[in-house]
Amino acid sequence: MVTDNPNTDPAFTAPASAAPPSRAPGTPDLLTLTDIRKAFPAVVANDDVSLSIKSAEIHALLGENGAGKSTLVKMIYGVLQPDSGDMLWEGEPVHLTGPSDARKHGIGMVFQHFSLFEALTVAENIELALPSPGEGGPSRADLPDLIREVSRKYGLPLEPERVVHDLSVGERQRIEIVRCLLQEPKLLIMDEPTSVLTPQEAEQLFETLRRLSAEGCAILYISHKLQEIRDLCEVATVLRGGKVVAHCDPRTESTQSLARMMIGAAPKPPDRDGAKSLGPVRFEIRDLSQPALSAFGVALKNIDLKLHGGEIVGVAGVAGNGQNELMAALIGEVRGDRADAILIDDRPFGRIGPRRRRVAGACFVPEERMGHATAPDMSLAENSLLSASRRMKLARSGWIDSAKRDGFTTEVIEQFNVKTRGTAAEARSLSGGNLQKFAVGREIAQKPSILIVNQPTWGVDAGSAAAIQQALLALAADGAAVLAISQDLDELFAISDRIAVMADGRLSEAVETAKLTVEEIGLMMGGHLEQAEAARA
Amino acid sequence: MESLTLITLSVITAATPLLFAATGELVTEKSGVLNLGVEGMMIMGAVTGFGVGVITGNPFVGVLAGTAAGAAMAGLFAFLTLGLLANQVATGLALTIFGIGLSALVGKGFVGVTVNAMQRIEIPILTDIPVLGPILFGQDPLVYFSFILLGATAFVIRKTRVGLILRAVGDNHDAAHAIGYSVVLVRSLAVLFGGACCGLAGAYLSLVYTPLWAENMTAGRGWIALALVVFATWRPGRLILGAYLFGGITILQLHAQGAGWGVPSQIMSMLPYIATIVVLVVISGDKAKIRLNAPAALGKIFHPAR
Repeated sequence: MVTDNPNTDPAFTAPASAAPPSRAPGTPDLLTLTDIRKAFPAVVANDDVSLSIKSAEIHALLGENGAGKSTLVKMIYGVLQPDSGDMLWEGEPVHLTGPSDARKHGIGMVFQHFSLFEALTVAENIELALPSPGEGGPSRADLPDLIREVSRKYGLPLEPERVVHDLSVGERQRIEIVRCLLQEPKLLIMDEPTSVLTPQEAEQLFETLRRLSAEGCAILYISHKLQEIRDLCEVATVLRGGKVVAHCDPRTESTQSLARMMIGAAPKPPDRDGAKSLGPVRFEIRDLSQPALSAFGVALKNIDLKLHGGEIVGVAGVAGNGQNELMAALIGEVRGDRADAILIDDRPFGRIGPRRRRVAGACFVPEERMGHATAPDMSLAENSLLSASRRMKLARSGWIDSAKRDGFTTEVIEQFNVKTRGTAAEARSLSGGNLQKFAVGREIAQKPSILIVNQPTWGVDAGSAAAIQQALLALAADGAAVLAISQDLDELFAISDRIAVMADGRLSEAVETAKLTVEEIGLMMGGHLEQAEAARA
Repeated sequence: MESLTLITLSVITAATPLLFAATGELVTEKSGVLNLGVEGMMIMGAVTGFGVGVITGNPFVGVLAGTAAGAAMAGLFAFLTLGLLANQVATGLALTIFGIGLSALVGKGFVGVTVNAMQRIEIPILTDIPVLGPILFGQDPLVYFSFILLGATAFVIRKTRVGLILRAVGDNHDAAHAIGYSVVLVRSLAVLFGGACCGLAGAYLSLVYTPLWAENMTAGRGWIALALVVFATWRPGRLILGAYLFGGITILQLHAQGAGWGVPSQIMSMLPYIATIVVLVVISGDKAKIRLNAPAALGKIFHPAR
C-alpha cells in the first residue's frame, strides 16, 4: 500500500502555526508575500495569503484542488495581479506586470498543463521563452548546443530538433524545465509536476530538483501528493479554501497530519470487505486490436481481459498509452470488424453500438465529463435521458416521460449527494466534483451488470472522490463487474481487486492487487511489461 | 509560339491576385485567426484602388489606396473578433457581404470609367527575347512584388523570431499567453497584414487584370484564395503552385470558350471551383500532414485565462 493506514495514526498534534516561520535576521528572504488577496466574480481564490521563501529552499505549497494554489503561483509568476497585498523580491517591493517581467527578476515556472507548442520543435519551444538575441538572449544558432549542455548537466535528456507532439509527457516536462533553467532562475515554480509521470520518472525529477537546490535555486513545489512532499521539501505552506492554514516542516509531519491540515479532516479510505466471491465472467475482451484513430493516436494491440461479476479491475498507465482508444472500443464508439472481440455475458458485441451494449447491461463513464459524459448546455434531466432512456424506460415509443425522467434525475442527485439547484440546472453550472458524481451516479443508478469508467475521480475534490470510490465498491459488492481506468495509482490500489497496466497500446495481464508493488507497476507503466512480468515470475 | 507567350502572360496575371490574397490569408491563419472576409476585403481594395486611380491618374497611388482599404476592413474584423470576441466565421462572412454591398455603392460613379492601367515593364533587349523575354522581363511591377512578398513571408515565418512567435500564437494561444506574448497584438497585426494583401489583390484586379470597375468583379476569387491556403497546407512555397494552377484553369476556361470546344461556357466557368473542391478532398485525406502545419488554434476564440 502506498500510504499508511490513517486509522493507526497517532492523534493529530500538528505543531503548525499560521504565521510564517521565523527567519534569520539580516539576509532578506528571496520572496515574501504579505496578505495577498485575489477575488474572482464567484469566489475569493486567495484570502490574505502570506508566505516567505528562502534561497535554495524547496518549499511545498500544499492544498486540495480549488484551494487557491494555482491562483497564488500565477500571481508570483505575473500572470495574474493581486487585488491587494505586498510582494517583496529579495527584500525589495515588486509589482510584476507579466510573465516576462517575472522571468527578468529570475522567476521561472513549469506549468501543470504544459505551455508547449506541439507543432514546433524542442529548440523553438525553448527559444520562445528566452529573451531575443537583441535583449541578451542566445542566438538561434547557439541554442541547440546550449540545450544539450544544460540537459547533460542536470540529467534531462533532450533532442533539440524533435517536434514536441512526438514526445512523451516526461520529455515534454523536461523541455519546460530546461526552458526555465536556461534563464538561470533564482526561484523555480513547479505546478504538480509528478501528476503525469511514472514513479521512476518522478524519482529522476527529484534528483534534478535536489541538484538545483544545492546550487542555490529555490523551488516552490506545488502538489497534493503528501508522500513526495515529505520526501522532497523542507518547508510547507498549506492552503485550504484560499487561506493559509499552516506553515510546517513536512519532514517532521506524517502524511496523515499533512492530509488533515490540507482537507480539514482525516481522509477516510474506502471501506472494503476482505473476502469476496467472484461471479461468472460478465465482460470479456478477446484479442482486441485496433489501428490508431489519428496520426498521434495509439493502436491497440492484442488486448485480452476477463471481467468477473463482483470484482473491480483497475487499468493503470500513463496518459496517452491507449486508454482513450480502449475506452472508445469498449463503449462501442469505435467498432472493429470482429464481433467476438468484445463479449457481454458470452454474447458477441464487437460490432454493435453503444445503445445496444447498454441494453445488454453495460454502462459507461468516459473521462471527459464536460462534453463527452455529459452535454454541458443541457439540463441534468436531459442528460439523464441521454444515457438512461432505454434502461430506465424514460421514453416510450418516442415520447419523453418527463415525470419519470425527473424522478430518476432527482434520485441520482439525492443518492449521490450532487450539489445543484435542481434537475433543470445546466450540466456546465456544476463544479467538477459534483458533475463527476452525477455522471458516475447516473450510470450506477441504472443498476448495470457491467460498469466501465475512465478516470473516475480525475480533478475531483477529496470528499467527492471518496464518495465515488465508495459507490464503485458498493456496485461491485452487489455483483456487478467494474473496470476502472485511472492514472491515479493510489486510487487503483485502494479499490481494485486486480490491476492491469496499459503501455503503448498493450495491456498486461491483470494481477491481484495484493501481489503488486508500486515499483512493478511503475516499470510496467514505463513500457517494460516483459521485464516486470519476468521479475515477478 | 506567339499564342503560348500570350497564354503564359495571361496565366500570370490571373494567378497574381490569388497569390497576394492567399499570402495574406496564410499569415492571418498562421496566427490562429480564420478570416472568411477575403472576398469582401478584396472587393473593397478593388473599388478603392480603382477610384483613387481614376481621381489621381496614378495607378501606383491607387494600389496603395486599395491596400489601405483592405487593411481597414481587416481592422474592423480584428476589432470585432479579437476585441469583442465575436465569432470569427460569422464575422468573416458578414465582412464579405458587407464589402460586396459597400463596394457596389461606392463604385456606382465609376462604372464604365477608364483608368490609367499599370504598364508592363519594358527592358530593351531582354524583353525582346522570344517567348522567355516577355514572360521573365516584361511583367508589371506587381507580379515581381508578389514573388518578393511571398518569399519574404516564407522567410519570416520559417527563419525569424517574429515568425516563430506568429506560429506559436497560432498553435497554442494559452501557452503563448502564459509565456508572456500578447496574443491579441500578434493576431491583430497578422489580420491587418492579411487585409492589406487582400486589398492589394483587389487593386490588382481593377487596375491591372481588367482595368475597369464592375460590381462584384472579384467573382469568388477570395474564396479560391481561402481554399488555396488549405491546398498549400499552410506552407508558403506551395501557394505558388496552387495559385498558378488555379490561374491556369481560369485562363484555360477562357480559351476553351474562345476556341469553341462545344462545352457550355457555364461548365467551363465552374472548372476552378470544381478543382478547388477536388483538391480540398484530396488534401484532407492526409491528416498527419495537415496537423503538422495547420495552426491548431485556428478559429478558436482566445479568452485570457484566469
